[in-house]
Amino acid sequence: MQPAATRPIIIIDNVSKYFGAFQALKDVSLEVSLGERVVVCGPSGSGKSTLIRCVCQLERHESGTIIVNGVELDNTKKRVNSASAGVGMVFQQFNLFPHLTVLENLTLGPMRARQMSKADARDLAMRYLERVRIPEQAGKYPRQLSGGQQQRVAIARSLCMEPRIMLFDEPTSALDPEMINEVLEVMSELASSGMTMICVTHEMGFARRVADKMVFMDNGEIVEMAEPAKFFEAPESKRCQEFLEKILQH
Amino acid sequence: MRRYCNIREAEMRKAVVGLALVLLLSGCSATWGWYVVDPTKTTGMSNLRFLIDGLYYTILLSVTAILFSVVVGLLIALPGLSENRKLRAVNRIYVEIIRAIPILVLILWVYYGLPQVANISINVFWAGVLALALSDSAFEAEIFRAGIQSIDKGQYEASHSVSLTYTDTMRFVILPQAIRRILPALGNQLVYMLKMSSLVSVIGMQELTRKANELVVSEYRPLEIYSVLVLEYLALILCVSAMVRWFERRLQADERY
Repeated sequence: MQPAATRPIIIIDNVSKYFGAFQALKDVSLEVSLGERVVVCGPSGSGKSTLIRCVCQLERHESGTIIVNGVELDNTKKRVNSASAGVGMVFQQFNLFPHLTVLENLTLGPMRARQMSKADARDLAMRYLERVRIPEQAGKYPRQLSGGQQQRVAIARSLCMEPRIMLFDEPTSALDPEMINEVLEVMSELASSGMTMICVTHEMGFARRVADKMVFMDNGEIVEMAEPAKFFEAPESKRCQEFLEKILQH
Repeated sequence: MRRYCNIREAEMRKAVVGLALVLLLSGCSATWGWYVVDPTKTTGMSNLRFLIDGLYYTILLSVTAILFSVVVGLLIALPGLSENRKLRAVNRIYVEIIRAIPILVLILWVYYGLPQVANISINVFWAGVLALALSDSAFEAEIFRAGIQSIDKGQYEASHSVSLTYTDTMRFVILPQAIRRILPALGNQLVYMLKMSSLVSVIGMQELTRKANELVVSEYRPLEIYSVLVLEYLALILCVSAMVRWFERRLQADERY
């Protein structure tokens, strides 16, 4: 029996995924331990979003095994409830519910899926809104907030389900430059609190500070996987070197 | 938006007043006999009452039918959005068949045919409701499908990420947004239904049109009586339009997004 800290909470083993004839993932294997922070990068179309979308079951994988939080995600079974799998997801486009207030966005999941009372859900929501530092926006509608604020609400909404694992799918790509930092700060704070995270992002400064493990994907494959120091200083593969040169230039 | 509505309403009011004036003025010529519906005369007043009495069933029939058709339409729309091909086929077949039957034919078939086939007895009112609701449900289904399809895929993904079931996703996330978008189309259907309820007169429903027909038979004054009938529908539908628009505006003010 492995010690709890290093026992993998996510096991991705030989996973392949097709969109029609296009193979988005080619025999991808990755293990994430409890509390580990993994940053996935790579050119667009490399399969990095598909990988984490398979982990939270927004996509079905065709072959291989994915075990999340002890639950195997199987094609044949009904979709596993993402709360019972303990996975939270943050999207590039935030995907807040535009017809609900910030507070209602946060309480909907806890009230319906976790059967919390309205008062309890409200307390929980306010606690997480304070954690992402926008409790004063609780009564507003998403449209009234800036992009950075919306993304922080989306993070708080995921946290209200009290997940053990947080997945981020390019959370800052849709943001204006001046708003990126406020979101990265919230994510860094989350990382330092011990949350298990997989982030798909091109924010290399954030990756260097926060990641325990860097993953570089290209063409549906994991090309390089290393600790940040080694990953940034001495990447082994040529593809990874080229990619890093391109995005670290500016 | 608001300004635009006001201008249109003002124009509409002018048109109504104009039409009424033309009809009244033309009554001065010898060929018109407004006495049949003259409220200052006893028979005229009772004739007028007789005509307006039909309003009750016209409204009751249309409103009941639209309530049923909205519910059935939604239930038919949902399988149309499924990934399952068989469920989508159920939706397609229902919509294509029902939409192809003229309302008048459906009314006649439900009233005269259905009791024999299903071995039930059905009164005029429920036959009318059933026929109107059936016919309209196919259109409602298409409206709902379009509205639901217009909602971004990300809304489903976000709902899944906070573990909402399919029913909860529809109820709390998708439908509230879809209904706001399809409200103008739903308002249209309500107006359409009010007008189509006139067809139920052929099986003897005592609504506006039937009343007018009966009065024409006894008074031999089709021009005046049918003119009143036109005004009755016009007034009714302008009221409904105003209500629908008021409701839309309220929802828009409520939206804030």
